[in-house]
Amino acid sequence: MEQLLDIFVRSIFIDNMVFAYFLGMCSYLAVSKNVSTAAGLGIAVTFVLVITVPVNYLLNEFVLKEGALVWLSAGFKELDLSFLSFIMFIAVIASIVQLVEMIVEKYSPTLYSSLGIFLPLIAVNCAILGGSLFMQEREYQNLAEATVFGFGSGIGWLLAIVGIAAINEKIKYSHIPPALRGLGIAFLVTGLMGIAFMSFMGIKL
Amino acid sequence: MKIIENIIRNTKPKFEKGGKYEKWLPVYESFETFFFVPAHTTKQGSHVRDAIDLKRSMMMVIIALLPALLFGMWNIGSLYYMSIGETHSLIETFWFGFVKVLPLILVSYGVGLGVEFIFVFLRGHEINEGFLVSGMLIPLIVPVDVPLWMLAVATAFAVLIGKEAFGGTGMNIVNPALLARAFLFFAYPAQMSGNTVWVHGISDGKVLVDGFSGETILGQKINGVTQAYSGFVDNQLSTLDLLIGNYAGSVGETSFIAIAIGAIILLYTGIASFRIMFSVFAGGFLMASLLNAVAPAGNILMNTPALEHMLIGGFAFGAVFMATDPVTAAQTGKGKWIYGFLIGAFAIIIRCLNPAYPEGMMLAILFMNVFSPLIDHVVIQSNINKRLRRAKVSHVK
Repeated sequence: MEQLLDIFVRSIFIDNMVFAYFLGMCSYLAVSKNVSTAAGLGIAVTFVLVITVPVNYLLNEFVLKEGALVWLSAGFKELDLSFLSFIMFIAVIASIVQLVEMIVEKYSPTLYSSLGIFLPLIAVNCAILGGSLFMQEREYQNLAEATVFGFGSGIGWLLAIVGIAAINEKIKYSHIPPALRGLGIAFLVTGLMGIAFMSFMGIKL
Repeated sequence: MKIIENIIRNTKPKFEKGGKYEKWLPVYESFETFFFVPAHTTKQGSHVRDAIDLKRSMMMVIIALLPALLFGMWNIGSLYYMSIGETHSLIETFWFGFVKVLPLILVSYGVGLGVEFIFVFLRGHEINEGFLVSGMLIPLIVPVDVPLWMLAVATAFAVLIGKEAFGGTGMNIVNPALLARAFLFFAYPAQMSGNTVWVHGISDGKVLVDGFSGETILGQKINGVTQAYSGFVDNQLSTLDLLIGNYAGSVGETSFIAIAIGAIILLYTGIASFRIMFSVFAGGFLMASLLNAVAPAGNILMNTPALEHMLIGGFAFGAVFMATDPVTAAQTGKGKWIYGFLIGAFAIIIRCLNPAYPEGMMLAILFMNVFSPLIDHVVIQSNINKRLRRAKVSHVK
């Protein structure tokens, strides 16, 4: 339990997708003009991360890892398929996003109407692939840890994009030098937010 | 006063359009409004007029900072003489600190106002008074021995990136003074933390009296000292000593009483928000009490009584002068409570749970500065939703 809490807090604040690894920057910068849209995208990213990270965990555990295929036959003990991780993870993410989109559309039209436009966008969001690759690299012990990690990373990303969206709404009325308007100031704001997130570096639970 | 008025009146034509020094009008205006209430009237928008303008409210903050500054000067002299084992009179002690702190103030004002003036000419806006306070806050939150060039670099960074890039006073999203400190803290950690920077002379390797230690209280606690002391281990501090604040720390942060005088001035004149000030202490107190309750035996920081947490380090200074910065704090009433409460709570969390940083106040305030627009957004949105619901109900009737 303590381990799960540690992974959760760590993935939100310390290993934040945006501020620690600069992942998912394109949608982070493009879709942060107002808070409600940003929140929609953030929730969609969290949603997809919670599903894809555990699925990819299972894939990694039973197919890709060295010796993962022993359940098939003892002869595969030496087999290491992890060179396939990139393409497998991407394929899994893309197909899951499609599936999720269809399922959500069928069973929860309200959720679909709020997430709908963002779901296809997310298939190519590097924070999602990054989540799966970090899961592989950090060797989480079980399915629960992978799920919590996916959830925490999503929440961290959500916090970042909602935060910058609120700031963007506020500085819309500021007298920013013309050359810095738009992306320039967004990068500065991201840097300042990064400094603020440094406060959690090194926290141990 | 009459002489100054005459000078200002007589030189005015030279600075007006077509005059000889037309380009220097912003500089002239800044001096004019510094001494006198400007003569021009409001042309549009709000017509509520009050004698207190930005410049005067900023001056009030500087007045509120004076007790902490003066005490800080004396404290620096006092600790220095303690470290070399001499005793001197009050005036000499104060004078020593004055000579040490004055260059910090001059560099901070010189560099910050310099950058500000350049931007005034480049962008053609009026000179803003915002830096008057930031320039006074920066020397108060750094260690006394910080090299002046570092202070200059940090101040320039804070004014450029933290303020002018966003369009100047009133538009910044993080507190420039804290940004300067954060810049120093992350760029030059050796000069900003540790146990040799807080008392003058230790870092230069001057001869010390045996057993003297220039650690801050939080530094002592991280290193496993249960009873806080000042200078010498047998010089233990009681609660009264903590209130007075004759111990090592940044220039202006140590004395709770001096800060409290400043707080009273700010609250009485209505410049600082009592909501923020109160809720920072409330948040810190509750979080510290919570950590007290769950603390494992032997963890000194977590077992430190909640009230002591309020007195040591930069907690009070941050709560009174930094968190209440009207530009970077939350703007809505309810938002201010949330904002302050989270600052207090985060500051204690970082202090107790993050072994990388002994003090959490600076980073907690920066963190909440960044999220204060979000807090405002949520508060306003929930208000709108509440009213919409009410409107619908009455419509049905």
